[in-house]
Amino acid sequence: MDFIWLIPLLPGVGAAINGLLGIRYFSKVLAARIACATMGAALLLSLVAFLELLGLEHREHVVTLAHWIPPIPLETASGIGAFEVPWAFRLDPLSGMMILIVTGIGFLIHLYSTAYMDHEPRGGYVRFFCYLNLFCFFMLTLVLGSTFLVMFVGWEGVGLCSYLLIGFWYHKQSASDAGKKAFIVNRIGDFGFVLGVFLVFYTFGTVDFREVAEAASHMPVEVAGFGVVSAICLLLFVGAVGKSAQIPLYVWLPDAMEGPTPVSALIHAATMVTAGVYMVGRNAVLFEHAPMVMTVVATVGALTALMAATIGLVQTDIKKVLAYSTVSQLGYMFLATGVGAFAAGAFHLMTHAFFKALLFLGSGSVIHAMDEEQDMKKMGGLKYYMGTTFITMFIGAIAIAGVPPFSGFFSKDEILYRTFLSNKWLWGLAVVTAGMTAFYMFRLIFMTFFGDYRGPGWKHEEHGGHAEEHGHTWHGPHESPRLMTVPLMVLAVGAFAAGFVGVPAALGGGNAIEHFLEPSFVATSASHAGEAEHAVAHLSHGAELALMAFSVLVGLAGISLAYHLYVRRRGQADRLAANWSVAHRVLLNKYYVDEAYGATAIDGTMASARGLWTVDRRVVDGAVNGAGWLTRALSWVSHVLDKYVVDGLVNLVGWICQEGSYLFRRVQTGLIQNYAVATLFGVFAFITMYLVARYVGV
Amino acid sequence: MSNTANFPLLSLIMFTPLVGAVLLLFVSKHSEDTIRWIANGFAVLGFLVSLPLWFWLDVATTDWQFVEKMDWIPSIGAQYFVGVDGFSSLLILLATLMGVIAILSSWTAITERVKEYYIFLLVLQTGMIGAFVALDFLLFFVFWEVMLVPMYFLIGIWGSSNRLYSAIKFFLFTLVGSVVMLLGILAVYFYYHEVTGDYTFDITKFHALNMPFDLQWWVFLAFFLGFAVKVPMFPFHTWLPDAHTDAPTAGSVILAAVLLKMGTYGFIRFSLPILPEATQAFVPWVVWLSIIGIIYGALVAMAQRDWKRLVAYSSVSHMGMVMLGMFALTPVGVTGSIVQQINHGVSTGALFLLVGVVYERRHTREISEYGGLSKVMPAYAAVFLVMTMSSIGLPTLNGFIGEILILQGIFVVNKVWAAFAATGIVLGAAYMLWLYQRTMFGTVDNPKNEKLPDLNLREWATFTPLLILAVWIGLYPKPFLDRLDTSVDRVMARVNSAYMPLNALGQGAVEPNTPPKVLTLEVDSGDTARTPVRGGAR
Repeated sequence: MDFIWLIPLLPGVGAAINGLLGIRYFSKVLAARIACATMGAALLLSLVAFLELLGLEHREHVVTLAHWIPPIPLETASGIGAFEVPWAFRLDPLSGMMILIVTGIGFLIHLYSTAYMDHEPRGGYVRFFCYLNLFCFFMLTLVLGSTFLVMFVGWEGVGLCSYLLIGFWYHKQSASDAGKKAFIVNRIGDFGFVLGVFLVFYTFGTVDFREVAEAASHMPVEVAGFGVVSAICLLLFVGAVGKSAQIPLYVWLPDAMEGPTPVSALIHAATMVTAGVYMVGRNAVLFEHAPMVMTVVATVGALTALMAATIGLVQTDIKKVLAYSTVSQLGYMFLATGVGAFAAGAFHLMTHAFFKALLFLGSGSVIHAMDEEQDMKKMGGLKYYMGTTFITMFIGAIAIAGVPPFSGFFSKDEILYRTFLSNKWLWGLAVVTAGMTAFYMFRLIFMTFFGDYRGPGWKHEEHGGHAEEHGHTWHGPHESPRLMTVPLMVLAVGAFAAGFVGVPAALGGGNAIEHFLEPSFVATSASHAGEAEHAVAHLSHGAELALMAFSVLVGLAGISLAYHLYVRRRGQADRLAANWSVAHRVLLNKYYVDEAYGATAIDGTMASARGLWTVDRRVVDGAVNGAGWLTRALSWVSHVLDKYVVDGLVNLVGWICQEGSYLFRRVQTGLIQNYAVATLFGVFAFITMYLVARYVGV
Repeated sequence: MSNTANFPLLSLIMFTPLVGAVLLLFVSKHSEDTIRWIANGFAVLGFLVSLPLWFWLDVATTDWQFVEKMDWIPSIGAQYFVGVDGFSSLLILLATLMGVIAILSSWTAITERVKEYYIFLLVLQTGMIGAFVALDFLLFFVFWEVMLVPMYFLIGIWGSSNRLYSAIKFFLFTLVGSVVMLLGILAVYFYYHEVTGDYTFDITKFHALNMPFDLQWWVFLAFFLGFAVKVPMFPFHTWLPDAHTDAPTAGSVILAAVLLKMGTYGFIRFSLPILPEATQAFVPWVVWLSIIGIIYGALVAMAQRDWKRLVAYSSVSHMGMVMLGMFALTPVGVTGSIVQQINHGVSTGALFLLVGVVYERRHTREISEYGGLSKVMPAYAAVFLVMTMSSIGLPTLNGFIGEILILQGIFVVNKVWAAFAATGIVLGAAYMLWLYQRTMFGTVDNPKNEKLPDLNLREWATFTPLLILAVWIGLYPKPFLDRLDTSVDRVMARVNSAYMPLNALGQGAVEPNTPPKVLTLEVDSGDTARTPVRGGAR
């Protein structure tokens, strides 16, 4: 199993080849083959690694390649430690499951993209696959990373790829805005995450997940006070909130739909956005020692799930509905981890990856068929044109709505059950969310595939004005090519069947996945006796079945309401919206959160930027220029002084001498009688002075 | 002294560019291409002769290496004393490499007074290398001043619109700082005479000097003024945006990549080890100025409409980060600070080169003049993307290594400082990505941009080494970090008496019972302060 580092590296190599050579030289086919081949190889290696993992007793294997940051002494809370980070990868049940999801769904989406992106010019096409491969490289690094910082490599790397792929059509202002927004909002989360990592090192003297978990397991559970572990968990959770689009940092994800649809499916549904959930699960031991933060996680999750679902109720852009659905489902996952059901969270992560990737790819197929139209108001009746897409998407919708025995039912029900045991209020929120989920998802299905076709007309074999804009003739809605429908079918099978690995005991199953994942969520040193501590309260099977039936009924109610409003009595929905226009407008505008952030954070930052720029010129540099001016002014004054006063004095002396000499030259007449008169005057003057002086008495 | 070369390697490295400059004097100013070939040749030669510093450096020794020592002005004790350790060897390699890149980047950009231009650039190289190798304080000061002159002319003659103002501002700012610094040097010089009876400018001897706190305090202030202007630290930074904006591309590249490092080099080489107690006393002040610099620089960068000025302000922000790591006074922080100096040289050097590429084509730096360049210059956009990511600290690229070490290094000292400084990672992403969006993304609205040629072979040659360095340091920084161990140990042993290098810890020899309190300020009583010389720096 020492080859696991190859799993991320393979798509990385693919990205490097396509990036360095492909964009300039390769044909579309060659580039796509390289991308798909590297992903396929990574998938095979992942399968092999996973099978080998099943054979390991300790269910863990760590491969250290080299030093990344060699040890440097640094003080920690418990004396001098060494800050060091190896390039190390860890395969355990959690990362094993994740690499299968990433390579499996990643491979399918690579295949799908070869057809979906076919209308791109060659350079853009190759660039797309380069980014997509690069994304898989970073995502696999994220899940296989054995330390916080190697995980952070993937964490930031997927952010970069997300940025590049959201802004793939960079000529569109909205696309490049959305990419930038995603990156910066994620960076706000990263701000918390890195501080959390620093605190981890300071507290434990290591950044290795396993060592941290072992050390934390010996610390007391911070029930009473908000201690250092709680601080760590809260900071890490800030990172998760950014990456996994939770309140208050979810705003980037809906905008991220500007990216090509396969990107939305892979990055913004199945894999990257679940990284936050994965990270919290990866640090399960830490979080279990911070019950207060767990409550925060669960509450944020439940509120996000509900909030996003309400917005999803009224959106008409097919991808926006799915985006808010993703935010909502991620909230579910956090709810699960927050109530301590880490395995249930990871389980839902896995089933969600199948059905949400399926739904996104299906929506891509629809958008493809509708010639880039995304507004569901202009669709309708498409089931007659694209049967495969319809059926597969329908399966996806059933799965997310929680209808047994589809996958979503098992994972969602496990979350609801565990939430019920932990907190009835949050359970209430989650059940309401489940009903809304079923409603908006079937609203999507009904608006898109049922009823009458509402889209633009088309002409056979003629170049209509609409078609010319896109540079090709549009022949009306049509089923997508095989390369797109086959991934849909595979994913539909997954969306149906993936839940069977987690059938609860109440239904006669063994909840296999929970037992499989368990080693990832506990410290190795924790004895089996210690497990009793973690054992959760139980309900009787009967009560559990009743809860299950209730949540299924809620889901079915949501579906039938959607059927009622959008199929049986069309127009009813519009009337409802008109009657509740204020609420409708608030939801349609997503609670005006973007506007609020714009008015506060963004405008505030820009205003302070401009303000400081003025300060820099006027005050800081003003002082410098002032000093310069003062120096010049002083030198001018000196100049004036020098010229008129100092030099003036000199000249004055000269002038006096000169004028004096002119004056006295007149005296020098050379006539003896003149001198005699002068002498006489002199004698008189002296005598007079003498007499006066005597008289006065000096 | 171990690793003494059998020939004067450092002098060779230092004077190779000067030989080129002298040779250029004898070339007719009309044979411009000959001048260019000679200048480029000597720059490359200068880089090649500096390579032994990488391959021959002994990373384990704490001694100065490749030492050359002879009398210079015996009457005042000044010597021609040069030598390097891991830290200065990396900065010299950075200087010789950036010299090649800067000179190569000027081939078509400079068409007037070509001869003088290259002479000044080569003389500047010698000045910078000389400052990095000097182990005699007076020699250092001479090179420090020598650098000013060619840079002044480079900005003043080949600069853009407001060049005279900027050149004079650059010159006066640095000069004021260095005059005060000279006073500090003389204070140390005379104090050393007072306690030992010898007159010397030998830095290695100063490193073992134990000055009274009051004197240290004043000398620190004097050094601080000299070095902080050069870094530049807020609020002494305003010369930098002007100098960068108006300097020719090569000037900006050298200025950002190497000249600014003079300030940080000075702090690590002189202020910290010669004035350890004063350094500790000044930590909160320097740290807060650094944090202000990080945030302030980033915010002001965000408000810029001039591409080059934006990069210049980002330099203020990044150099704040460098200063922050240094004044963490933890080995991780100081290591990070040094690595980040190299990183800043690589990424900001590259960013200035990138501005230069489009400036040469369009003769404008206004960001609004550009847009959609990804379409017309895809290779350029790709290089710019990598360097943007390097600048904002994306893991796998160089900037991350420096930032993470600096922030971790300061975090263990003070969590609030770390939290404030870490906001730089958000703001950095904001202004750089916005710049990238405004220049590279969108549609090509300006008809003048429609036909811009992409990077040519010569431009690729300037970027390739920087791209390689960015990825290398990002993925495998160990060779760089290993070189810094003993340099950092030397500084740490002075500023933190409880400090112990890792190999001593690893052997389990001594484990201090209590973690050293880095920030405790030990105010020397007069008696201990008079203890003449502490035996052996380390």
